[in-house]
Amino acid sequence: MTTPFKPVVGGSALAGDAPAPATKRNVPHRGGPANPSAEALRAQFGAAVRRVDVVWGETSVVVDGSRLEEIVRWLHDDPSQRYEFLADVTAVEFRDADQPLEVVWHLRSIAYRRFLRLKVELPRGAALEVQSVWPVFRAADWLERECYDMFGIRFNGHPDLRRILMWEQYREGFPLRKDFPLRGRFSRAEQLRQALAANPEARYSMEELSIADAFEDLPKEMRARLRSGEKTGE
Amino acid sequence: MGLINRPENDVVSYDPKGGEGWITTRLDFLVNWGRSNSLWPMPFGTACCAIEFMASAASQFDLARFGMERMSFSPRQADVLICAGRVPFKLAPVIRRIWQQMLQPKWCISMGACASTGGMFDNYAVVQGIDTIIPVDVYVPGCPPRPEGLIYGIMMLQEKVKRERAADASIRNEMEPDPTSQLYIPPSAINELSEPFGNSIHQQRSGL
Repeated sequence: MTTPFKPVVGGSALAGDAPAPATKRNVPHRGGPANPSAEALRAQFGAAVRRVDVVWGETSVVVDGSRLEEIVRWLHDDPSQRYEFLADVTAVEFRDADQPLEVVWHLRSIAYRRFLRLKVELPRGAALEVQSVWPVFRAADWLERECYDMFGIRFNGHPDLRRILMWEQYREGFPLRKDFPLRGRFSRAEQLRQALAANPEARYSMEELSIADAFEDLPKEMRARLRSGEKTGE
Repeated sequence: MGLINRPENDVVSYDPKGGEGWITTRLDFLVNWGRSNSLWPMPFGTACCAIEFMASAASQFDLARFGMERMSFSPRQADVLICAGRVPFKLAPVIRRIWQQMLQPKWCISMGACASTGGMFDNYAVVQGIDTIIPVDVYVPGCPPRPEGLIYGIMMLQEKVKRERAADASIRNEMEPDPTSQLYIPPSAINELSEPFGNSIHQQRSGL
């Protein structure tokens, strides 16, 4: 005799008799039931929801970029949605020159066991700008920095939009864009020269140290130099 | 040169009847013998090669047999830099500084395809061979090399060390660092930094 699996999920909003989560079988490529949050978004925001696609059982909602922060905040705060986990922020550039770039947010509602993919389309020729969701999700901080570093998309409202993977003096462009050559724009010698000219300790800026509150643990004279705004050799 | 074992020291004497034992040898031979059997590695592991390197150091392959049981995580007490894995451009100034911080005599092993040539990562972010940054003595091919491969490379390095001559100054020639570059460390700072690295409870970063 087996007892049914009863997961204990902190803060679950599902009813006590909700079925245990199970892997879906025979999911169609296109179509199928959409995440109920998509319909709720349509009801709440109307025309700001441009399109709803269901691909392999996952729901993608293309929304109006100018209302993005409002939408994300509603999804996060509304008790009927509770999307409390931002899993990823990324972007997609297609090979077709006339297809817009897409910025993608992966949201997960742990309480309702839902997954929602938000997209904003950035048309070609216009400035690559979109609202930051940092005021709602602190997790967006590094994710948006990475997206900016790789695609050059500016997230308005981000508190510290710097490069994160490439070094801060990197001048060759944005590596994941389709017009970026695989080996970079500069010659190998120039790349090496620029890389070696970097100070390996320059990244220990006041901003990064304050994140970890490690400042007080530093040697006294290093504290003094950082306090005076020195970025150790930059 | 004579090594004198006095009888009262109660050590193995060359002459079984007692009295003073002595051997003669070349200084180069003795020094190189000592150096080649106590190469302390500075592991610079950045990718999957580092996993194989760890396997080489663990019990199955046991680098300790070659006098390398002591991984030196401070470059100032290391003899051989083992670069295991790809080096992105962002790490280029780091590995060069580590190389400059190591004291002579020092050697370098480039472990694996990526460290030696950039490997499959012929792209915007990866250094195409660490020999563009620092001098390399032994290249170990493989993706990643098996521990046997690394040990073979280490034994090749030992052979190389055994053939060195102290009178040959050219093998210790280092390029003078450019004082205008960010990597130049003035001698006063080097003196200060050459102090012991800290202890187990207070490992502070260098003052630079």
